[in-house]
Amino acid sequence: MNKFYHTLKTLFLLGWSIFVVFPFLWALSTSFKDANAITSGATYIPWVDFEPSTQGWTSLFTNGSQGINIVGPFIDSAAVTLIASLVSLILGTLAAYGLSRFEYRLGFVKNADITFFFISQRIMPPIVLAIPFFLMLKELGALDTIFGLVLVYVALLLPIAVWVMTDFFAGIPKELDEMAMTDGCSPIGAFFRVILPNSVPGLVVAGMFCLIFGWNDFFFAFTLTFTETQLLPVSIVSLNSSVTPWWSLSAFALISVAPLALVAIVVERYMSRGTMSGAIR
Amino acid sequence: MLSSKHFFLLPALLTLVAIILFPLLFTVRVSFSSWDVFQSGLDFIGGRNYVRVFEDDRFWQSLQRLSLLSIMSVSLQYTLGFALALAVWKQVRGGRLLRVLFLIPMMTTPVVMSVIWRTVFHESLGPVNDILSAFGVGPVPWLSSATGAFISVLIVEVWQWTPFMFLLLLAGLVSLPKEPYLAAAIDGAGTWRTFWQVTFPLMAPITIGALIIRLIEASKIMDTVYVLTSGGPGTATETSSYYIYIRGLRDFQIGYSAALSLVYLVIMIISLTIIAKLLLRTLVGKDE
Repeated sequence: MNKFYHTLKTLFLLGWSIFVVFPFLWALSTSFKDANAITSGATYIPWVDFEPSTQGWTSLFTNGSQGINIVGPFIDSAAVTLIASLVSLILGTLAAYGLSRFEYRLGFVKNADITFFFISQRIMPPIVLAIPFFLMLKELGALDTIFGLVLVYVALLLPIAVWVMTDFFAGIPKELDEMAMTDGCSPIGAFFRVILPNSVPGLVVAGMFCLIFGWNDFFFAFTLTFTETQLLPVSIVSLNSSVTPWWSLSAFALISVAPLALVAIVVERYMSRGTMSGAIR
Repeated sequence: MLSSKHFFLLPALLTLVAIILFPLLFTVRVSFSSWDVFQSGLDFIGGRNYVRVFEDDRFWQSLQRLSLLSIMSVSLQYTLGFALALAVWKQVRGGRLLRVLFLIPMMTTPVVMSVIWRTVFHESLGPVNDILSAFGVGPVPWLSSATGAFISVLIVEVWQWTPFMFLLLLAGLVSLPKEPYLAAAIDGAGTWRTFWQVTFPLMAPITIGALIIRLIEASKIMDTVYVLTSGGPGTATETSSYYIYIRGLRDFQIGYSAALSLVYLVIMIISLTIIAKLLLRTLVGKDE
């Protein structure tokens, strides 16, 4: 590679890195500002441009007129995301295994059609389902509850789990099941004793995608919950439309995106090992 | 007859059918009713809602805007994501750190980051205009002009989703076979020619998959728009989902918005199928 290419590449990587971190650094700096530091125009570096203050962060853990408590929404978000991801992962893994090992037939509907039915749900725009979901949860008395949201999120995440796990199981040789079954395992026993312990990489990838799409959803939480249950994205948007100061908003935003930023580290490890390539075709 | 194979499939299948299929059928039924603020419940008014959809210019304009936005943002994401993947594919210093860094935006919540982006693009107090003014540019009306708002949404979409392209394409590059590269090296092909004659064709299946997945997701865009511009100024950044949301959950025209959303769904399925076929034909050179 010649020098010109090399310089171009370095500049490109540097430029993109700055673009990626810029909103985070800006939010971090803003979260330590006070009213003076914001209304006088853009400022950047604490101690140099402005005198830092911690009110943005402390306001998140106090109740009352000054405070906007983040603890409740954080727990709700975590509960909904974790339960829905776990349920989707269990149901999705079972279904994906079934679809990769057995033949199903219902009239003209075969395995490929069933798999397609699962995956095609990703095409569905949330707005199409929002109103019927609203009425359905109202019927069930599950509006504004964690249970109601979990139900909806399972529908959202199940296709992802099926999709990733179907590809993963396609890569596990069938001889492995057969060996287990000649050793006296039932098909169900073979799955739990032999296949499942060998599926950790696939489960990790599928689980991460479930977590990402669950944690980051805004629309369904926005239309199906009000006051009792409040997830992080909904709270920040309602703060945004009121007169909440920038420093609190920034601190709030940083806390809500922090947990999944850590997921990036795990994803990177799987991706560069090449374990991901089968899962994402 | 139930056997062990049904133990695997049925729970998931029944769950999905119960949660998705019934609401969908219900939407079809609602779309033939005049359900709104004044008249709630299911009456039957024939296809009147559908006639109204076809006369609703605001809906068709939102669809045009959505197409433009999706195609522009997905092409940018693909080009940049591929370039980034190629740049960190072979050993670079700090490669591990860069890969983690490049993935982070897709892990962040779109509405949460949009709240931050709103302050970034703020006309008088935000950093972008401040930095631009140091170069004698501006002040740029980022969120208050039609073009500015469109470009802002585009920038945020590219920031958020280029990592997804990067992830798929890098995973693809990592698993490419070595032999074609040896052959190209023996032929004395340069970097540029090796890319177009070896890497790009080998990556065609992943390219198609990545483009389709992103187009599907981009066609649903609404969160970012809701927070960043609220569809404005005027209707300059109003996408179809957002327009249907306004009709359905703000104006409470349930019947009409059901018709809108079904027309939207059908258009999405048809156009994405056509795009998928076209991509397959041009990139792989065959049907199906």
